[in-house]
Amino acid sequence: MMTQQDALINYCLRLGDSSLILGQRMAEWCSNGPTLEEDIALTNVSLDLFGQARTMLAYAANLEGKGKTEDDLAYRRSEREYYNTLLSERPNGHFGDTIARNFLHDAFLYHLYTALKNSKDETIAAHAAKSIKEIAYHLRHTGEWVVRLGDGTEESHQKIQQSFDDLWMFTGDLFEMNEVDELLIKAGIAVDLNEVKKNWDSTVNEVLQRATLQRPKDDYMQTGRLQGMHSEYLGHLLTDMQYLQRAYPDATW
Amino acid sequence: MLKKSSTDKNQLFVDYFFVKFGQPNKNIYNNMDEQQKLDAFQAKIDAEIKIEPKDWMPEEYRKHLQRQISQHAHSEVIGMQPEGNWVLRAPTLRAKVVLLAKIQDEAGHGQYLYAAGETLGKSRDEFIEELQTEKAKYSSIFNYPTLTWADMGAVGWLVDGAAIVNQVSLQRTSYGPYARAMVRICKEESFHQRQGYEIIAHMAKGTPEQKAMAQDALNRLWWPSLMMFGPHDADSPNLGNGVKWKIKRETNDELRQKFIDKTVHQAEVIGLTIPDPDLKWNEETGHYDYGKIDWDEFWNVVKGNGPCNKQRLEHHKRAHNNGKWVREAALAYAQKQKAKQMVA
Repeated sequence: MMTQQDALINYCLRLGDSSLILGQRMAEWCSNGPTLEEDIALTNVSLDLFGQARTMLAYAANLEGKGKTEDDLAYRRSEREYYNTLLSERPNGHFGDTIARNFLHDAFLYHLYTALKNSKDETIAAHAAKSIKEIAYHLRHTGEWVVRLGDGTEESHQKIQQSFDDLWMFTGDLFEMNEVDELLIKAGIAVDLNEVKKNWDSTVNEVLQRATLQRPKDDYMQTGRLQGMHSEYLGHLLTDMQYLQRAYPDATW
Repeated sequence: MLKKSSTDKNQLFVDYFFVKFGQPNKNIYNNMDEQQKLDAFQAKIDAEIKIEPKDWMPEEYRKHLQRQISQHAHSEVIGMQPEGNWVLRAPTLRAKVVLLAKIQDEAGHGQYLYAAGETLGKSRDEFIEELQTEKAKYSSIFNYPTLTWADMGAVGWLVDGAAIVNQVSLQRTSYGPYARAMVRICKEESFHQRQGYEIIAHMAKGTPEQKAMAQDALNRLWWPSLMMFGPHDADSPNLGNGVKWKIKRETNDELRQKFIDKTVHQAEVIGLTIPDPDLKWNEETGHYDYGKIDWDEFWNVVKGNGPCNKQRLEHHKRAHNNGKWVREAALAYAQKQKAKQMVA
């Protein structure tokens, strides 16, 4: 039988892992941006996400009460112990792929954190209140690029439309819930993702329309985040990220 | 009327003009011949008055600065790569965000150095074109690879440490926009240097493997860091007017000596050995004597034969080319919006 404490730890890992993995993806943009200004903007997003990840992982470690740190959770867990969204681990692809992925994810986090500001868990509520300011900026940044690319040149229109088409099957996973959610919603800590989905739909529809893009049809959706089931990409991302801690387990840095 | 300033040196300049050319006004250069212009320009430099973008300046001065500022900007931008090489593999989340923030600072430095360079009449696009066609250079230190995490320490400690010595001096350079950019940059660089020193100091006190990595990083990056200051004064082709016009306030050898003097002690404190058997304190001069720098290596790397020259430039071109359609889309969108506004 799952306790509320177990559920809360899992919930924090979901939030922390999604920020961590997307932060790592955004760090890949460092020195690869289309302009110097955009390079700075993309890595700024990365820095915000790492900051969010650290708060949630440190909290999860604290709740576990086994003396672990944020780094133990980030660097010493394996693929199957990660609970990030499937969307966050998608490869960067070209700039349009990254913008489409992040826009869909930003809109999700924006509405999720807006609701979590009222969480009965004080740490989560404070984390949401702080993060929402950063996420509002991320959403504005990606939303504006979706419009620019959608309504820019014919090439950019086709490219970003394809990005949305390719990524769409990973959006269903964002809103899946299980007994963790059930338990925590009852306790007033978590929020109903069906409600988040309604707001997400309207943000996404509004921006896609302004961008003269088609919203892809809801077809078969990938699933797995709640069970720690991921794409092959995650293992490679973790291999890079965890290399030093795994290779020199006795060292401190 | 020239605006009178309360500082003595500005007054000195105004006085100079008044005596030599009568009542000064802003078109004062119009009635001068070439030699008089040069004299007035030199008088301004000698009076420590900054040259500003709209001021008259000799073409050679403009070219010298365009070359130096763009080279400096390119160095910041290319310098993102060797450190970017370790962002994904940083060993703690804290180390990761500190490193990433540092690289971001460098992108920012590139930004305002390009902006300072643009005040001299060349666009950022032109500067980038010169970089990619190898007409412009960047600091050769970035053509060395970063092989272990200890290099993130050594780069911050030595490379940023050497850069600071040079940049502190450049805060007093005669061209206003460049000097002001340096003031901002120096504030951030001293933070970078401490960040690097913290990493390498921690590793030097760590496991035997970590200590070995730290010493190895110092061994590899020490000599290239000394080369960052450029050839010895006796062999330096760009020194002449640079010093006269106070673009460069101190010579390569003076700056290099400053760097060595302050760094030797820092190595001792953390128990690392500078890889130079000839390094020793000289009571008479009050400086460290040091061994022979391998200038063959230096010139080879400058000429493109360093371990990473090709890789760095290819990376820059790839990112730039991959971003082309994005820049075009942003431009097309902006033009559409503008057209809509015109209609409305």
